[in-house]
Amino acid sequence: MPTNIDQNLILSLVVGAFVGITSGYLGSIMVLKRMALVGDAISHVALPGMGIALAYNFNPFAGAFAALALGILAVWGIQRRTAIATEAVVGLIFAASLAIGILITPEPELLEALFGDISRVSLTDGILAITFSVAIFIIMYFVRNKLVLGLISPDLAKTQKINTDMLDLLFLAMVAIIVALGLKVVGTLLMGALVVIPAISAKNISRNLQNYGLISLLLGATSAIGGIALSGLLNIPPGPTIVLASAFLFLLTLLAKRE
Amino acid sequence: MKSVLEVKNLNVRFNENAIIKDVSFEVNQGDILAVIGPNGAGKTVLFKTLLGLISYEGQIQWQEGIKIGYVPQTLAIEKDLPVSVLEFLKFKNAPMSEIYEALEAVGFLKSSGENNSHHLRHHLLNNKLGNLSGGELQRVLIAYAILGHPNVLLFDEPTSGVDIGGEETIYSLIEKLHQKQGLTTLLISHDLNIIYRYASNVLCLNKRKICYGPPKEILTPKALEELYGTEIGIYAHKH
Repeated sequence: MPTNIDQNLILSLVVGAFVGITSGYLGSIMVLKRMALVGDAISHVALPGMGIALAYNFNPFAGAFAALALGILAVWGIQRRTAIATEAVVGLIFAASLAIGILITPEPELLEALFGDISRVSLTDGILAITFSVAIFIIMYFVRNKLVLGLISPDLAKTQKINTDMLDLLFLAMVAIIVALGLKVVGTLLMGALVVIPAISAKNISRNLQNYGLISLLLGATSAIGGIALSGLLNIPPGPTIVLASAFLFLLTLLAKRE
Repeated sequence: MKSVLEVKNLNVRFNENAIIKDVSFEVNQGDILAVIGPNGAGKTVLFKTLLGLISYEGQIQWQEGIKIGYVPQTLAIEKDLPVSVLEFLKFKNAPMSEIYEALEAVGFLKSSGENNSHHLRHHLLNNKLGNLSGGELQRVLIAYAILGHPNVLLFDEPTSGVDIGGEETIYSLIEKLHQKQGLTTLLISHDLNIIYRYASNVLCLNKRKICYGPPKEILTPKALEELYGTEIGIYAHKH
């Protein structure tokens, strides 16, 4: 049924674009906060949650959210208590979660959980993804300056009555949600890339915060749309194609920076 | 004279370690109070406590409705941080006119040509924060602190070595702000000559209060020896 295929493609393009935009926008601040690998680790934490959900037959999204909530609370707690060990403990959580996830996720679903498959996204999941993307985008728009001031100087932020601890928690929660949404698009293993690559590309060519955010979200959207379209055209899996598209865009920005 | 700040029996602990022990002092309106002491004496902790960033025991009483501007120790800002000077200054939510005023106060608008704001936009405001020189960054931080018209300024160790343009030092700038805007100023400094020149009062701190009063009266060799542990050579030039 050709119309059905077209509808699926349109749905995945729309969902991909929304998730791509919000990932890029959110990712731009993650990169400044030096949390590039935290995104990666968090995405891996989702896997055991999805695995349990698939094994016991409830919505994998719910499982991913639950596991992610635990994961971000762990990262946030460690961040608040120690300055040194974050990276190391994030590394531990990352590998251990992936190992548990691989063991408990039923084999047939494992590949989809690891690499995503947006061509099989349902209408309900699509609406959910779009709603959350828009909500996160709006929240980010309003708290972005405060987050940036907080990373330039936590003390200056605090003297302006900005609660940096709560803001960090809110930010991590948004990261966790966007990662959970992105799992359908590019999967567990590659979601870290969808958040980070558009942002580091934008950083190559932006002069200020405003155009850094704008370029990040445009690159996120372009990678998602371009990758999905290309994967449909060449009949290859969309997840890796999206990530490779964003990596290609990174190379272009690198060339632009050199000139 | 009106007291702007009253500190009584201030104690700060990190875990079990006492960082500040039983410190009391008072700052009057228009004073320049210099806080001196060796490394690890608790100077920055004292400032952060006064700003309400650290929990403490004892009493810190700011005059009601007072607004505080804070200049942190020079920030380590990455060169490629994509934040322009203007964007940074706007984090304070001040109108453009006030931003220009603050920049003028810290000496960025020296010549009063008509293309001044254009010039400033081009050479300073649109620049990335990470591209500024040490002196420029410090002046931008001071401009940031005086946005919103504070009554009190807290400076954490303005570096005297930083050249901020011609002969002017950060300290003469601080003094100018103090005279022009009547700002009460608290600053941390290592430079005793500066303190003699500018400070109305000195607080010598080494976890506890070693001495407190006008510099000429209290900065005796004995007090300095007690503060720093060795004799400091400021009185030694008798040849």
